[in-house]
Amino acid sequence: MFNLILRRIGIAIPVLLTVITLTFLMVHSAPGGPFDEEKAVSAEVLAKLNEQYNLDQPLYVQYFDYISGVLVGDFGPSFRFPTRSVTELISIGLPVTFELALYSILFALCVGVLAGVLGALRPNTALDYIPMSTAMIGICIPSIILGPILILVFGIWLEWVPVRGWGYMPGDKILPTLTLGTAYAAYCARLTRGGMLEVLNQDFIRTARAKGLSETRVVVVHALRGGLTPVIAFLGPAMAGLLAGSFVVETIFGIPGLGRFYVEAAFNRDYTMILGSSIFFSILIVSFNLISDLVAAALNPKLRD
Amino acid sequence: MNNTLWKDAFDRLISNKLSLFSSIYLLFIIILALITPFIAPYDYAYQDLNLGPSAPSALHWFGTDTLGRDLLTRMMYGSRVSLMVGFLATIVALTIGVIWGTVAGFAGGKVDTIMMRIVDVLYGIPFIIFVILLMVIFGRNLILLFMAIGAVEWLTMARIVRSQVMSLSKQEFILAAEAMGVSRTGIIYKHLIPNTIGPVIVYATLTVPQIMLLEAFLSFLGLGVQAPLSSWGLLIRDGAASMEEYWWLLIFPSLAFSLTLFSLNFIGDGLRDALDPRTSGS
Repeated sequence: MFNLILRRIGIAIPVLLTVITLTFLMVHSAPGGPFDEEKAVSAEVLAKLNEQYNLDQPLYVQYFDYISGVLVGDFGPSFRFPTRSVTELISIGLPVTFELALYSILFALCVGVLAGVLGALRPNTALDYIPMSTAMIGICIPSIILGPILILVFGIWLEWVPVRGWGYMPGDKILPTLTLGTAYAAYCARLTRGGMLEVLNQDFIRTARAKGLSETRVVVVHALRGGLTPVIAFLGPAMAGLLAGSFVVETIFGIPGLGRFYVEAAFNRDYTMILGSSIFFSILIVSFNLISDLVAAALNPKLRD
Repeated sequence: MNNTLWKDAFDRLISNKLSLFSSIYLLFIIILALITPFIAPYDYAYQDLNLGPSAPSALHWFGTDTLGRDLLTRMMYGSRVSLMVGFLATIVALTIGVIWGTVAGFAGGKVDTIMMRIVDVLYGIPFIIFVILLMVIFGRNLILLFMAIGAVEWLTMARIVRSQVMSLSKQEFILAAEAMGVSRTGIIYKHLIPNTIGPVIVYATLTVPQIMLLEAFLSFLGLGVQAPLSSWGLLIRDGAASMEEYWWLLIFPSLAFSLTLFSLNFIGDGLRDALDPRTSGS
Protein backbone atom coordinates (compact mmCIF):
# COMPACT_ATOMS: atom_id res chain seq x y z
CA MET A 1 0.00 0.00 0.00
CA PHE A 2 2.80 2.36 0.98
CA ASN A 3 4.62 1.60 -2.28
CA LEU A 4 1.46 2.31 -4.21
CA ILE A 5 1.04 5.69 -2.53
CA LEU A 6 4.65 6.57 -3.30
CA ARG A 7 4.28 5.49 -6.91
CA ARG A 8 1.08 7.48 -7.43
CA ILE A 9 2.62 10.60 -5.91
CA GLY A 10 5.66 9.93 -8.09
CA ILE A 11 3.39 10.37 -11.09
CA ALA A 12 1.34 13.25 -9.70
CA ILE A 13 4.33 15.55 -9.14
CA PRO A 14 5.69 15.45 -12.72
CA VAL A 15 2.09 15.86 -13.94
CA LEU A 16 1.69 19.07 -11.96
CA LEU A 17 5.10 20.41 -12.96
CA THR A 18 4.33 19.71 -16.62
CA VAL A 19 0.99 21.45 -16.30
CA ILE A 20 2.41 24.53 -14.60
CA THR A 21 5.33 24.83 -17.03
CA LEU A 22 3.24 24.26 -20.15
CA THR A 23 0.52 26.65 -19.04
CA PHE A 24 3.06 29.28 -18.07
CA LEU A 25 4.94 29.03 -21.37
CA MET A 26 1.73 29.01 -23.40
CA VAL A 27 0.34 32.09 -21.71
CA HIS A 28 3.66 33.90 -22.06
CA SER A 29 4.02 32.98 -25.72
CA ALA A 30 0.62 34.51 -26.45
CA PRO A 31 0.94 36.95 -29.34
CA GLY A 32 1.06 40.49 -27.97
CA GLY A 33 1.30 41.53 -24.35
CA PRO A 34 -1.71 41.70 -22.07
CA PHE A 35 -1.74 45.51 -22.31
CA ASP A 36 -1.78 45.67 -26.10
CA GLU A 37 -5.39 46.69 -26.37
CA GLU A 38 -5.12 49.79 -24.20
CA LYS A 39 -3.49 51.83 -26.95
CA ALA A 40 -3.40 55.17 -25.18
CA VAL A 41 -0.89 53.96 -22.59
CA SER A 42 2.37 55.92 -22.65
CA ALA A 43 5.76 54.23 -22.56
CA GLU A 44 6.25 55.35 -18.98
CA VAL A 45 2.96 53.91 -17.77
CA LEU A 46 3.62 50.73 -19.69
CA ALA A 47 6.97 50.35 -17.95
CA LYS A 48 5.26 50.91 -14.60
CA LEU A 49 2.61 48.29 -15.41
CA ASN A 50 5.24 45.84 -16.60
CA GLU A 51 7.13 46.40 -13.39
CA GLN A 52 4.02 45.97 -11.28
CA TYR A 53 3.22 42.65 -12.94
CA ASN A 54 6.89 41.60 -12.98
CA LEU A 55 6.97 41.50 -16.79
CA ASP A 56 10.32 43.35 -16.98
CA GLN A 57 12.15 40.38 -15.49
CA PRO A 58 13.63 37.59 -17.65
CA LEU A 59 11.21 34.73 -18.25
CA TYR A 60 12.93 32.21 -15.98
CA VAL A 61 12.86 34.67 -13.06
CA GLN A 62 9.12 35.20 -13.62
CA TYR A 63 8.67 31.43 -13.80
CA PHE A 64 10.37 30.72 -10.49
CA ASP A 65 8.64 33.70 -8.88
CA TYR A 66 5.33 32.31 -10.06
CA ILE A 67 6.02 28.78 -8.84
CA SER A 68 7.05 29.99 -5.42
CA GLY A 69 3.85 32.04 -5.34
CA VAL A 70 1.72 29.01 -6.26
CA LEU A 71 3.37 26.98 -3.49
CA VAL A 72 2.02 29.41 -0.90
CA GLY A 73 -1.38 29.71 -2.61
CA ASP A 74 -0.77 33.00 -4.46
CA PHE A 75 -1.87 32.67 -8.08
CA GLY A 76 -1.12 36.28 -9.03
CA PRO A 77 -3.30 39.32 -9.80
CA SER A 78 -6.02 39.51 -12.43
CA PHE A 79 -5.06 41.63 -15.43
CA ARG A 80 -8.60 42.75 -16.15
CA PHE A 81 -9.61 43.64 -12.62
CA PRO A 82 -6.43 45.02 -11.04
CA THR A 83 -8.05 45.26 -7.66
CA ARG A 84 -8.87 41.57 -7.58
CA SER A 85 -6.49 38.65 -7.36
CA VAL A 86 -6.89 35.18 -8.82
CA THR A 87 -6.82 33.72 -5.33
CA GLU A 88 -9.73 35.97 -4.34
CA LEU A 89 -11.81 34.90 -7.34
CA ILE A 90 -11.03 31.27 -6.54
CA SER A 91 -12.16 31.71 -2.96
CA ILE A 92 -15.45 33.22 -4.16
CA GLY A 93 -16.08 30.71 -6.94
CA LEU A 94 -14.77 27.49 -5.48
CA PRO A 95 -17.42 26.94 -2.75
CA VAL A 96 -20.19 27.40 -5.33
CA THR A 97 -18.63 25.06 -7.88
CA PHE A 98 -17.81 22.56 -5.17
CA GLU A 99 -21.40 22.54 -3.92
CA LEU A 100 -22.69 22.03 -7.46
CA ALA A 101 -20.22 19.19 -8.08
CA LEU A 102 -21.08 17.59 -4.74
CA TYR A 103 -24.85 17.60 -5.37
CA SER A 104 -24.31 16.26 -8.86
CA ILE A 105 -22.08 13.42 -7.75
CA LEU A 106 -24.45 12.54 -4.89
CA PHE A 107 -27.35 12.48 -7.34
CA ALA A 108 -25.26 10.37 -9.73
CA LEU A 109 -24.28 7.90 -7.01
CA CYS A 110 -27.79 7.48 -5.57
CA VAL A 111 -29.53 6.99 -8.89
CA GLY A 112 -26.67 5.21 -10.64
CA VAL A 113 -25.82 2.67 -7.95
CA LEU A 114 -29.47 1.83 -7.35
CA ALA A 115 -30.15 1.30 -11.05
CA GLY A 116 -26.93 -0.67 -11.49
CA VAL A 117 -27.62 -3.00 -8.56
CA LEU A 118 -31.18 -3.64 -9.72
CA GLY A 119 -29.91 -4.39 -13.22
CA ALA A 120 -27.25 -6.78 -11.93
CA LEU A 121 -29.69 -8.63 -9.66
CA ARG A 122 -32.18 -9.22 -12.49
CA PRO A 123 -29.96 -9.29 -15.59
CA ASN A 124 -31.66 -9.35 -19.00
CA THR A 125 -35.12 -8.50 -17.67
CA ALA A 126 -37.12 -5.30 -18.03
CA LEU A 127 -35.64 -4.17 -14.70
CA ASP A 128 -32.24 -4.37 -16.38
CA TYR A 129 -33.03 -3.19 -19.90
CA ILE A 130 -35.08 -0.10 -19.09
CA PRO A 131 -32.58 1.59 -16.72
CA MET A 132 -29.64 0.58 -18.91
CA SER A 133 -31.12 1.97 -22.11
CA THR A 134 -32.07 5.13 -20.22
CA ALA A 135 -28.46 5.26 -19.08
CA MET A 136 -27.27 5.07 -22.68
CA ILE A 137 -29.49 8.05 -23.50
CA GLY A 138 -28.16 9.89 -20.46
CA ILE A 139 -24.58 9.35 -21.62
CA CYS A 140 -25.29 10.43 -25.18
CA ILE A 141 -27.19 13.64 -24.45
CA PRO A 142 -24.55 16.26 -23.64
CA SER A 143 -25.10 18.94 -21.01
CA ILE A 144 -25.22 21.66 -23.67
CA ILE A 145 -28.44 20.05 -24.91
CA LEU A 146 -29.83 18.69 -21.64
CA GLY A 147 -29.48 22.04 -19.82
CA PRO A 148 -31.41 24.20 -22.30
CA ILE A 149 -34.07 21.52 -22.78
CA LEU A 150 -34.62 21.14 -19.03
CA ILE A 151 -34.93 24.92 -18.80
CA LEU A 152 -37.37 25.01 -21.69
CA VAL A 153 -39.60 22.23 -20.34
CA PHE A 154 -39.51 22.67 -16.56
CA GLY A 155 -38.61 26.32 -16.30
CA ILE A 156 -40.42 28.03 -19.15
CA TRP A 157 -43.28 25.79 -20.24
CA LEU A 158 -44.25 24.20 -16.91
CA GLU A 159 -42.84 27.01 -14.71
CA TRP A 160 -42.01 24.54 -11.91
CA VAL A 161 -38.52 25.76 -11.08
CA PRO A 162 -36.45 28.93 -11.52
CA VAL A 163 -34.11 28.84 -14.50
CA ARG A 164 -31.23 31.03 -13.35
CA GLY A 165 -29.03 31.56 -10.32
CA TRP A 166 -27.75 29.54 -7.42
CA GLY A 167 -29.33 29.93 -4.00
CA TYR A 168 -31.30 33.06 -4.94
CA MET A 169 -34.68 31.33 -5.02
CA PRO A 170 -35.87 28.02 -3.60
CA GLY A 171 -35.44 25.21 -6.10
CA ASP A 172 -32.96 26.96 -8.36
CA LYS A 173 -30.31 24.34 -7.56
CA ILE A 174 -32.37 21.47 -8.99
CA LEU A 175 -31.89 21.97 -12.73
CA PRO A 176 -28.11 22.61 -12.60
CA THR A 177 -27.64 19.50 -10.48
CA LEU A 178 -29.70 17.39 -12.88
CA THR A 179 -27.91 18.82 -15.92
CA LEU A 180 -24.47 18.11 -14.54
CA GLY A 181 -25.28 14.85 -12.76
CA THR A 182 -27.30 12.90 -15.32
CA ALA A 183 -24.42 11.68 -17.47
CA TYR A 184 -22.52 10.57 -14.37
CA ALA A 185 -25.57 8.79 -12.99
CA ALA A 186 -25.65 6.90 -16.27
CA TYR A 187 -21.95 6.00 -16.10
CA CYS A 188 -22.34 4.94 -12.45
CA ALA A 189 -25.27 2.70 -13.39
CA ARG A 190 -23.26 0.95 -16.10
CA LEU A 191 -20.15 0.58 -13.93
CA THR A 192 -22.13 -0.68 -10.95
CA ARG A 193 -23.98 -3.19 -13.07
CA GLY A 194 -20.73 -4.50 -14.57
CA GLY A 195 -18.94 -4.64 -11.22
CA MET A 196 -21.84 -6.29 -9.42
CA LEU A 197 -22.36 -8.91 -12.12
CA GLU A 198 -18.74 -9.92 -11.80
CA VAL A 199 -18.80 -10.09 -8.00
CA LEU A 200 -22.17 -11.85 -7.76
CA ASN A 201 -20.77 -14.81 -9.70
CA GLN A 202 -17.92 -15.39 -7.27
CA ASP A 203 -17.57 -18.18 -4.76
CA PHE A 204 -17.71 -16.06 -1.61
CA ILE A 205 -21.14 -14.80 -2.60
CA ARG A 206 -22.34 -18.38 -3.05
CA THR A 207 -20.88 -19.16 0.36
CA ALA A 208 -22.69 -16.21 1.90
CA ARG A 209 -25.95 -17.35 0.34
CA ALA A 210 -25.32 -20.93 1.42
CA LYS A 211 -24.85 -19.72 4.98
CA GLY A 212 -28.44 -18.53 4.72
CA LEU A 213 -27.78 -14.81 4.86
CA SER A 214 -30.62 -12.64 3.68
CA GLU A 215 -30.40 -11.38 0.09
CA THR A 216 -30.19 -7.78 1.33
CA ARG A 217 -27.22 -8.63 3.53
CA VAL A 218 -25.48 -10.53 0.75
CA VAL A 219 -25.89 -7.63 -1.64
CA VAL A 220 -25.29 -4.69 0.68
CA VAL A 221 -22.56 -6.09 2.92
CA HIS A 222 -20.71 -8.57 0.73
CA ALA A 223 -21.22 -7.77 -2.93
CA LEU A 224 -21.32 -3.97 -2.91
CA ARG A 225 -17.82 -3.62 -1.50
CA GLY A 226 -16.24 -5.31 -4.47
CA GLY A 227 -18.89 -4.34 -6.96
CA LEU A 228 -18.44 -0.64 -6.33
CA THR A 229 -14.68 -0.59 -6.99
CA PRO A 230 -15.10 0.48 -10.62
CA VAL A 231 -17.42 3.29 -9.50
CA ILE A 232 -14.92 4.53 -6.93
CA ALA A 233 -12.06 4.38 -9.41
CA PHE A 234 -14.29 6.37 -11.76
CA LEU A 235 -14.95 9.14 -9.22
CA GLY A 236 -11.54 10.76 -9.74
CA PRO A 237 -11.85 11.14 -13.52
CA ALA A 238 -15.51 12.04 -12.96
CA MET A 239 -14.41 14.95 -10.82
CA ALA A 240 -12.31 16.21 -13.73
CA GLY A 241 -15.33 15.87 -15.99
CA LEU A 242 -17.56 17.60 -13.45
CA LEU A 243 -15.24 20.60 -13.29
CA ALA A 244 -15.13 20.82 -17.08
CA GLY A 245 -18.91 20.37 -17.10
CA SER A 246 -19.23 23.22 -14.64
CA PHE A 247 -17.96 25.54 -17.40
CA VAL A 248 -21.09 24.80 -19.38
CA VAL A 249 -23.61 24.42 -16.59
CA GLU A 250 -22.53 27.57 -14.77
CA THR A 251 -22.66 29.50 -18.05
CA ILE A 252 -26.14 28.18 -18.88
CA PHE A 253 -27.63 28.86 -15.46
CA GLY A 254 -25.70 32.01 -14.62
CA ILE A 255 -24.08 30.48 -11.54
CA PRO A 256 -21.24 32.58 -10.06
CA GLY A 257 -18.76 29.70 -9.77
CA LEU A 258 -15.21 28.95 -10.80
CA GLY A 259 -16.25 27.49 -14.14
CA ARG A 260 -17.98 30.68 -15.23
CA PHE A 261 -15.09 32.84 -14.04
CA TYR A 262 -12.79 30.65 -16.12
CA VAL A 263 -14.88 30.95 -19.26
CA GLU A 264 -15.20 34.72 -18.73
CA ALA A 265 -11.45 34.99 -18.27
CA ALA A 266 -10.93 33.03 -21.47
CA PHE A 267 -13.35 35.35 -23.23
CA ASN A 268 -11.71 38.53 -21.89
CA ARG A 269 -8.21 37.17 -22.49
CA ASP A 270 -7.43 37.77 -18.84
CA TYR A 271 -4.12 35.94 -19.08
CA THR A 272 -3.15 35.79 -15.42
CA MET A 273 -6.63 34.69 -14.44
CA ILE A 274 -6.47 31.90 -17.03
CA LEU A 275 -2.99 30.92 -15.92
CA GLY A 276 -3.94 30.87 -12.25
CA SER A 277 -7.22 29.04 -12.59
CA SER A 278 -5.83 26.52 -15.10
CA ILE A 279 -3.15 25.57 -12.62
CA PHE A 280 -5.62 25.53 -9.77
CA PHE A 281 -8.03 23.29 -11.72
CA SER A 282 -5.17 20.95 -12.59
CA ILE A 283 -4.09 20.64 -8.97
CA LEU A 284 -7.68 19.84 -7.99
CA ILE A 285 -8.10 17.23 -10.70
CA VAL A 286 -4.75 15.55 -10.08
CA SER A 287 -5.50 15.39 -6.35
CA PHE A 288 -8.91 13.85 -6.91
CA ASN A 289 -7.44 11.25 -9.24
CA LEU A 290 -4.85 10.42 -6.61
CA ILE A 291 -7.43 10.10 -3.84
CA SER A 292 -9.82 7.94 -5.84
CA ASP A 293 -6.96 5.64 -6.92
CA LEU A 294 -5.91 5.19 -3.31
CA VAL A 295 -9.45 4.60 -2.03
CA ALA A 296 -10.05 2.04 -4.78
CA ALA A 297 -6.83 0.27 -3.79
CA ALA A 298 -7.77 0.33 -0.12
CA LEU A 299 -11.11 -1.32 -0.92
CA ASN A 300 -9.80 -3.89 -3.36
CA PRO A 301 -6.60 -5.71 -2.38
CA LYS A 302 -6.20 -6.99 -5.95
CA LEU A 303 -5.29 -3.48 -7.14
CA ARG A 304 -2.37 -3.28 -4.72
CA ASP A 305 0.15 -5.07 -6.89
CA MET B 1 -6.04 -10.57 -43.90
CA ASN B 2 -8.63 -13.17 -43.03
CA ASN B 3 -11.68 -12.38 -45.13
CA THR B 4 -14.13 -14.60 -43.31
CA LEU B 5 -13.30 -12.84 -40.04
CA TRP B 6 -14.33 -9.50 -41.53
CA LYS B 7 -17.36 -10.96 -43.22
CA ASP B 8 -18.43 -12.61 -39.96
CA ALA B 9 -17.94 -9.36 -38.11
CA PHE B 10 -19.92 -7.47 -40.74
CA ASP B 11 -22.77 -9.98 -40.56
CA ARG B 12 -22.86 -9.71 -36.79
CA LEU B 13 -22.87 -5.91 -36.99
CA ILE B 14 -25.76 -5.92 -39.46
CA SER B 15 -27.76 -8.46 -37.46
CA ASN B 16 -27.79 -6.03 -34.54
CA LYS B 17 -30.77 -3.80 -35.38
CA LEU B 18 -29.57 -0.81 -33.38
CA SER B 19 -26.18 -0.68 -35.02
CA LEU B 20 -27.75 -1.32 -38.42
CA PHE B 21 -30.07 1.69 -38.07
CA SER B 22 -27.23 3.73 -36.59
CA SER B 23 -25.02 2.91 -39.57
CA ILE B 24 -27.75 3.91 -42.01
CA TYR B 25 -28.40 7.19 -40.19
CA LEU B 26 -24.70 8.01 -39.99
CA LEU B 27 -24.17 7.21 -43.65
CA PHE B 28 -27.10 9.47 -44.52
CA ILE B 29 -25.65 12.35 -42.44
CA ILE B 30 -22.18 11.90 -43.92
CA ILE B 31 -23.44 11.85 -47.52
CA LEU B 32 -25.61 14.88 -46.80
CA ALA B 33 -22.61 16.71 -45.36
CA LEU B 34 -20.50 15.83 -48.40
CA ILE B 35 -23.00 17.09 -50.97
CA THR B 36 -24.22 20.08 -48.94
CA PRO B 37 -22.58 22.74 -51.17
CA PHE B 38 -24.55 21.37 -54.17
CA ILE B 39 -27.95 20.85 -52.57
CA ALA B 40 -28.19 23.40 -49.76
CA PRO B 41 -31.38 25.42 -50.29
CA TYR B 42 -29.80 28.76 -49.27
CA ASP B 43 -26.43 30.34 -48.54
CA TYR B 44 -25.30 29.66 -44.96
CA ALA B 45 -24.51 33.33 -44.30
CA TYR B 46 -27.49 34.81 -46.21
CA GLN B 47 -29.60 36.94 -43.88
CA ASP B 48 -33.20 37.78 -44.59
CA LEU B 49 -33.65 40.51 -42.01
CA ASN B 50 -37.16 41.36 -43.26
CA LEU B 51 -38.23 37.82 -42.51
CA GLY B 52 -36.41 37.46 -39.19
CA PRO B 53 -37.15 34.39 -37.10
CA SER B 54 -39.89 32.28 -38.69
CA ALA B 55 -41.36 28.93 -37.68
CA PRO B 56 -40.85 25.86 -39.90
CA SER B 57 -42.66 26.29 -43.22
CA ALA B 58 -42.65 24.96 -46.78
CA LEU B 59 -40.00 27.50 -47.78
CA HIS B 60 -37.81 26.97 -44.69
CA TRP B 61 -38.33 23.37 -43.52
CA PHE B 62 -36.67 23.93 -40.13
CA GLY B 63 -37.55 27.64 -39.88
CA THR B 64 -35.16 30.59 -39.80
CA ASP B 65 -33.03 32.06 -37.02
CA THR B 66 -33.19 35.54 -35.50
CA LEU B 67 -31.27 36.98 -38.46
CA GLY B 68 -33.51 35.26 -40.98
CA ARG B 69 -30.94 32.63 -41.94
CA ASP B 70 -32.30 29.26 -43.06
CA LEU B 71 -31.81 26.77 -40.20
CA LEU B 72 -31.71 23.66 -42.39
CA THR B 73 -28.90 25.17 -44.45
CA ARG B 74 -26.98 26.15 -41.37
CA MET B 75 -27.43 22.68 -39.89
CA MET B 76 -26.16 21.09 -43.08
CA TYR B 77 -23.09 23.31 -43.16
CA GLY B 78 -22.69 22.82 -39.39
CA SER B 79 -22.63 19.05 -39.84
CA ARG B 80 -19.66 19.47 -42.18
CA VAL B 81 -17.68 21.30 -39.50
CA SER B 82 -18.70 18.96 -36.67
CA LEU B 83 -18.02 15.79 -38.63
CA MET B 84 -14.78 17.10 -40.09
CA VAL B 85 -13.43 18.02 -36.66
CA GLY B 86 -14.54 14.64 -35.29
CA PHE B 87 -13.02 12.52 -38.04
CA LEU B 88 -9.84 14.48 -38.68
CA ALA B 89 -8.96 14.73 -34.99
CA THR B 90 -9.61 11.01 -34.65
CA ILE B 91 -7.23 10.32 -37.52
CA VAL B 92 -4.55 12.44 -35.84
CA ALA B 93 -5.11 10.63 -32.53
CA LEU B 94 -5.14 7.27 -34.30
CA THR B 95 -1.86 7.87 -36.08
CA ILE B 96 0.05 9.06 -33.03
CA GLY B 97 -1.50 6.46 -30.72
CA VAL B 98 -0.93 3.46 -32.97
CA ILE B 99 2.68 4.35 -33.72
CA TRP B 100 3.48 5.18 -30.09
CA GLY B 101 1.82 2.05 -28.72
CA THR B 102 3.35 -0.26 -31.31
CA VAL B 103 6.87 1.05 -30.78
CA ALA B 104 6.54 0.89 -26.99
CA GLY B 105 5.02 -2.58 -26.98
CA PHE B 106 7.46 -3.97 -29.50
CA ALA B 107 10.61 -2.37 -28.08
CA GLY B 108 9.83 -3.35 -24.49
CA GLY B 109 12.33 -2.81 -21.67
CA LYS B 110 13.55 0.68 -20.85
CA VAL B 111 12.12 2.30 -24.00
CA ASP B 112 8.69 0.92 -23.14
CA THR B 113 8.93 2.07 -19.52
CA ILE B 114 9.91 5.61 -20.50
CA MET B 115 7.30 5.88 -23.26
CA MET B 116 4.48 4.62 -21.08
CA ARG B 117 5.58 6.79 -18.17
CA ILE B 118 5.24 9.78 -20.50
CA VAL B 119 1.71 8.59 -21.34
CA ASP B 120 0.94 8.24 -17.61
CA VAL B 121 2.05 11.80 -16.95
CA LEU B 122 0.15 13.22 -19.93
CA TYR B 123 -2.89 11.21 -18.85
CA GLY B 124 -3.04 13.13 -15.59
CA ILE B 125 -3.23 16.49 -17.33
CA PRO B 126 -6.72 17.96 -17.63
CA PHE B 127 -6.73 18.52 -21.37
CA ILE B 128 -9.98 20.42 -21.66
CA ILE B 129 -8.10 23.25 -20.00
CA PHE B 130 -5.27 23.04 -22.50
CA VAL B 131 -7.62 23.02 -25.44
CA ILE B 132 -9.36 26.13 -24.07
CA LEU B 133 -5.98 27.74 -23.48
CA LEU B 134 -4.90 26.98 -27.05
CA MET B 135 -8.09 28.50 -28.41
CA VAL B 136 -7.63 31.64 -26.32
CA ILE B 137 -3.99 32.15 -27.18
CA PHE B 138 -3.81 31.18 -30.83
CA GLY B 139 -7.24 32.34 -31.92
CA ARG B 140 -10.21 30.29 -33.01
CA ASN B 141 -8.57 28.44 -35.85
CA LEU B 142 -10.44 25.31 -36.93
CA ILE B 143 -7.38 23.47 -38.21
CA LEU B 144 -5.58 24.16 -34.96
CA LEU B 145 -8.67 23.12 -33.02
CA PHE B 146 -8.77 19.59 -34.35
CA MET B 147 -5.00 19.21 -34.42
CA ALA B 148 -4.97 20.15 -30.74
CA ILE B 149 -7.83 17.84 -29.87
CA GLY B 150 -6.29 14.99 -31.85
CA ALA B 151 -2.93 15.54 -30.23
CA VAL B 152 -4.45 15.06 -26.78
CA GLU B 153 -6.77 12.14 -27.53
CA TRP B 154 -4.15 9.57 -28.54
CA LEU B 155 -3.22 8.38 -25.05
CA THR B 156 -5.84 5.67 -24.55
CA MET B 157 -5.20 4.50 -28.09
CA ALA B 158 -1.48 4.13 -27.31
CA ARG B 159 -2.29 2.05 -24.22
CA ILE B 160 -4.69 -0.24 -26.07
CA VAL B 161 -2.28 -0.80 -28.93
CA ARG B 162 0.66 -1.43 -26.62
CA SER B 163 -1.06 -4.14 -24.59
CA GLN B 164 -2.34 -5.70 -27.79
CA VAL B 165 1.15 -5.69 -29.32
CA MET B 166 2.74 -7.09 -26.17
CA SER B 167 0.45 -10.10 -26.10
CA LEU B 168 0.82 -10.59 -29.84
CA SER B 169 4.59 -10.33 -29.92
CA LYS B 170 4.89 -13.34 -27.62
CA GLN B 171 3.04 -15.50 -30.12
CA GLU B 172 4.71 -17.99 -32.37
CA PHE B 173 4.01 -16.46 -35.76
CA ILE B 174 5.98 -13.35 -34.77
CA LEU B 175 8.83 -15.57 -33.61
CA ALA B 176 8.64 -17.41 -36.92
CA ALA B 177 8.77 -14.14 -38.82
CA GLU B 178 11.77 -13.07 -36.79
CA ALA B 179 13.49 -16.40 -37.42
CA MET B 180 12.88 -15.98 -41.14
CA GLY B 181 14.77 -12.70 -41.03
CA VAL B 182 11.89 -10.22 -41.41
CA SER B 183 13.09 -6.79 -40.28
CA ARG B 184 11.61 -5.11 -37.20
CA THR B 185 9.86 -2.50 -39.32
CA GLY B 186 8.55 -5.30 -41.50
CA ILE B 187 7.15 -7.16 -38.50
CA ILE B 188 5.52 -4.01 -37.16
CA TYR B 189 3.85 -3.10 -40.46
CA LYS B 190 3.07 -6.58 -41.79
CA HIS B 191 2.10 -8.44 -38.64
CA LEU B 192 1.54 -6.29 -35.57
CA ILE B 193 -0.49 -3.37 -36.92
CA PRO B 194 -2.92 -5.48 -38.99
CA ASN B 195 -3.58 -7.70 -35.97
CA THR B 196 -4.29 -4.83 -33.61
CA ILE B 197 -6.73 -3.22 -35.99
CA GLY B 198 -9.94 -4.60 -34.40
CA PRO B 199 -9.74 -2.89 -31.00
CA VAL B 200 -8.34 0.21 -32.70
CA ILE B 201 -11.36 0.52 -34.98
CA VAL B 202 -13.70 0.10 -32.03
CA TYR B 203 -11.94 2.73 -29.98
CA ALA B 204 -11.69 5.10 -32.94
CA THR B 205 -15.45 4.83 -33.49
CA LEU B 206 -16.00 5.80 -29.88
CA THR B 207 -13.45 8.63 -30.10
CA VAL B 208 -15.27 10.44 -32.92
CA PRO B 209 -18.35 11.31 -30.78
CA GLN B 210 -16.12 12.36 -27.88
CA ILE B 211 -14.28 14.82 -30.10
CA MET B 212 -17.47 16.12 -31.70
CA LEU B 213 -18.74 16.69 -28.18
CA LEU B 214 -15.61 18.60 -27.25
CA GLU B 215 -15.98 20.81 -30.32
CA ALA B 216 -19.64 21.43 -29.46
CA PHE B 217 -18.64 22.24 -25.90
CA LEU B 218 -16.11 24.84 -27.03
CA SER B 219 -18.44 26.37 -29.62
CA PHE B 220 -21.22 26.48 -27.05
CA LEU B 221 -18.98 28.45 -24.71
CA GLY B 222 -18.15 30.82 -27.56
CA LEU B 223 -14.57 29.57 -27.74
CA GLY B 224 -14.85 27.43 -30.86
CA VAL B 225 -16.37 27.99 -34.29
CA GLN B 226 -17.44 31.61 -34.91
CA ALA B 227 -20.42 32.95 -36.89
CA PRO B 228 -21.16 33.30 -39.80
CA LEU B 229 -19.64 29.81 -40.03
CA SER B 230 -21.74 27.25 -38.25
CA SER B 231 -21.33 24.04 -36.30
CA TRP B 232 -23.84 22.04 -34.30
CA GLY B 233 -22.42 23.35 -31.05
CA LEU B 234 -22.77 26.94 -32.23
CA LEU B 235 -26.35 26.35 -33.45
CA ILE B 236 -27.28 24.84 -30.08
CA ARG B 237 -25.76 27.89 -28.39
CA ASP B 238 -27.80 30.24 -30.59
CA GLY B 239 -30.88 28.09 -30.11
CA ALA B 240 -30.52 28.09 -26.33
CA ALA B 241 -30.24 31.88 -26.37
CA SER B 242 -33.59 32.34 -28.07
CA MET B 243 -35.49 29.17 -27.13
CA GLU B 244 -38.13 31.03 -25.14
CA GLU B 245 -39.79 32.39 -28.28
CA TYR B 246 -38.31 30.19 -31.01
CA TRP B 247 -38.09 26.62 -29.73
CA TRP B 248 -37.26 25.16 -33.16
CA LEU B 249 -33.86 26.85 -33.12
CA LEU B 250 -32.90 24.65 -30.17
CA ILE B 251 -34.80 21.46 -30.94
CA PHE B 252 -33.66 20.70 -34.51
CA PRO B 253 -29.89 21.10 -34.05
CA SER B 254 -30.09 19.27 -30.71
CA LEU B 255 -31.92 16.36 -32.33
CA ALA B 256 -29.47 16.08 -35.20
CA PHE B 257 -26.49 16.22 -32.87
CA SER B 258 -27.84 13.76 -30.26
CA LEU B 259 -28.86 11.26 -32.93
CA THR B 260 -25.38 11.41 -34.42
CA LEU B 261 -23.77 10.87 -31.02
CA PHE B 262 -26.17 7.99 -30.40
CA SER B 263 -25.47 6.27 -33.65
CA LEU B 264 -21.69 6.59 -33.29
CA ASN B 265 -21.86 5.09 -29.80
CA PHE B 266 -24.15 2.27 -30.91
CA ILE B 267 -21.94 1.50 -33.90
CA GLY B 268 -18.92 1.43 -31.57
CA ASP B 269 -20.68 -0.97 -29.20
CA GLY B 270 -21.91 -3.06 -32.11
CA LEU B 271 -18.44 -3.23 -33.62
CA ARG B 272 -16.97 -4.30 -30.30
CA ASP B 273 -19.44 -7.17 -30.08
CA ALA B 274 -18.93 -8.02 -33.74
CA LEU B 275 -15.14 -8.03 -33.67
CA ASP B 276 -14.77 -9.71 -30.30
CA PRO B 277 -17.67 -12.06 -29.58
CA ARG B 278 -16.20 -12.85 -26.17
CA THR B 279 -17.16 -9.47 -24.70
CA SER B 280 -20.65 -9.35 -26.13
CA GLY B 281 -23.50 -8.89 -23.75
CA SER B 282 -21.50 -6.81 -21.30
